[in-house]
Amino acid sequence: MRPKTLFDKIWDKHIVHEEEGKPTLLYIDLHLVHEVTSPQAFEGLRVSGRKVRRTDKTFATMDHNVPTIDRNNIKDPISAQQIKTLENNCKEFGVELFDLSSPYQGIVHVIGPEQGLTRPGSTIVCGDSHTSTHGAFGALAFGIGTSEVEHVMSTQCLWQNKPKTFEVRVDGKRPKGVTAKDIILSIIGEIGTAGATGYVIEYTGEAIRALSMEQRMTICNMSIEAGARAGMISPDETTMEYLKDKPRIKSLDNLDSLMKEWRSLASDNESAFDKTLVLDAAKIAPQVSWGTSPGMVTGINDRVPNPKDFKDPIKRKSVEDALQYMGLEPDTLIQDIKINTVFIGSCTNGRIEDLVAASKVIEGSKVASNIRAIVVPGSQVVKYQAEKLGIDKIFKESGFEWRDSGCSMCLAMNPDKLSPGERAASTSNRNFEGRQGKGGRTHLVSPTMAAAAAITGRFTDIRTYDIDLGEY
Amino acid sequence: MEKFLTVTSRPAPLDSSNVDTDQIIPKQFLKRIERTGFGEFLFFDWRFNDDGSLNDKFILNDERFKDSEILLSQENFGCGSSREHAPWALRDYGFKVIISTSFADILFNNCFKNCILPITVSEKDLNYLFKSTLELEDYQLSVDLENMLLKDNKNFSSELTVDPYRRKCLLEGLDDIALTLIHEEKVTAYEANLP
Repeated sequence: MRPKTLFDKIWDKHIVHEEEGKPTLLYIDLHLVHEVTSPQAFEGLRVSGRKVRRTDKTFATMDHNVPTIDRNNIKDPISAQQIKTLENNCKEFGVELFDLSSPYQGIVHVIGPEQGLTRPGSTIVCGDSHTSTHGAFGALAFGIGTSEVEHVMSTQCLWQNKPKTFEVRVDGKRPKGVTAKDIILSIIGEIGTAGATGYVIEYTGEAIRALSMEQRMTICNMSIEAGARAGMISPDETTMEYLKDKPRIKSLDNLDSLMKEWRSLASDNESAFDKTLVLDAAKIAPQVSWGTSPGMVTGINDRVPNPKDFKDPIKRKSVEDALQYMGLEPDTLIQDIKINTVFIGSCTNGRIEDLVAASKVIEGSKVASNIRAIVVPGSQVVKYQAEKLGIDKIFKESGFEWRDSGCSMCLAMNPDKLSPGERAASTSNRNFEGRQGKGGRTHLVSPTMAAAAAITGRFTDIRTYDIDLGEY
Repeated sequence: MEKFLTVTSRPAPLDSSNVDTDQIIPKQFLKRIERTGFGEFLFFDWRFNDDGSLNDKFILNDERFKDSEILLSQENFGCGSSREHAPWALRDYGFKVIISTSFADILFNNCFKNCILPITVSEKDLNYLFKSTLELEDYQLSVDLENMLLKDNKNFSSELTVDPYRRKCLLEGLDDIALTLIHEEKVTAYEANLP
């Protein structure tokens, strides 16, 4: 029998209808909904007199717009209206909502796994490109537009053209101080922002296997930044260990048989992939992005590139444009770049392990003068976990602001944003022009690198710190 | 959905690669709960200066391309978020066709849901189109989806490559949900077998 990948196994199991020359109709097991990409979809249902077909497979939260201070008092009337609209829509259509008063509210891609909604072998969609995060559990998870949100609401299915499969194998062991964020940034740097277009990536290899579930989520989260339809990792004992005590999983009667099934999902062998890229984890350094696209990234000991070194005129122009926007001179040492804002949070790096690791870096130190540093937990559960561990105090004592959960400064739809010219070390996923505020300059880094930058005021090699970060 | 008809226009040459959805429609405009009216915010940070005046240097503000219905852009157009507000803004502004050497997956998909045809061409052809529309005052490009032809008023002509199913949906203005409901019995049967 032809060997099958994890992707093949999930795809085959979800086919509702297929015929020659057409996309395949796939069944969707979990539909996550948030306030920004859903109002027009609910309106579409209303206009056509349709219902949400499976309210038991549809869950909503509010995350993109929510303030992280005084969250029950939303000052922006348009944001407030969008939040209110989601509340009304969920009530009208019978969709379970984790609203601002819920202790489980948070970023949609943080709460799915946290609540045990995200499961191996399932198909998961959401009107948000970072839905790829859930692929860490061995699920096929991807972002969709609002028309497709409406489609899934009314049919619980989606028309999909079958993507190809791309194995990204990371062999070897990560050096100390090199995190999951550095692995994924270096992969994107290597293959480019369109390097996986048309593919679903499966991450394999020793360095991936060694990662915790939260670190795997960081990797899969940014698959979209390499152009991939989805990113995934075959389930293993790490996956089972994480899932077994999650709220909506621990009480399942058939958990043993489910876990047996989940274990069988792993890809058969490497020959099953359409293409493969191999990287050596030992060669990866802590990464810092210097430009306006996540592929514009380099090691902490490197320099900002010089446009004149690029022969291809299109690439050269994009480097020139990026450096101009970023206010950087060619050949500047990355460690000489001074910052004035630090943001720790987002669906990429806003989980408890991220916050614990960052807190170890700053413990006993003070945030450099004139730096604004904020920590935004990925969910209220993460916030509660952190406060129980006392790390909120570590952050506050060193000069960080400790906030409520949400997407916050990752995309700056709420009041947390950069002013023109401000430069941030950010643990988020996109460094596009204006992403964190018009004229703002974003450098993507890991949480430990962001924490170190908060203390020194510039990018600093975390590998030189003598602290025990455990397996982070 | 409305039907896609033949488009003839002088293309607007946006000479940038990796044009992301945050540029196409910045986040502050995602708070609206309607599907309409996004055109005035298209490429907002590029089209307008800080004081709200038009940025004369931006290509879409060039008189020659003001009424263009075809947008040219460099590789990986539409990368970034899944926001369908991006094609809503493009369509509402007046673009019916986008031509590039490559597109980001989600945006590509979202275009077809909004009566926009994204066309992938070779680098050589794209360079030719950029050069022609910039240099030739009377330049016109036609996109004929019915006959699968990309053709200008000079000597250029190229066959379109469009997924046949998506082509049919555009030409006939078919609604995805209605198409799926034809198979509703199969969906119900599938659900009956779920644990």
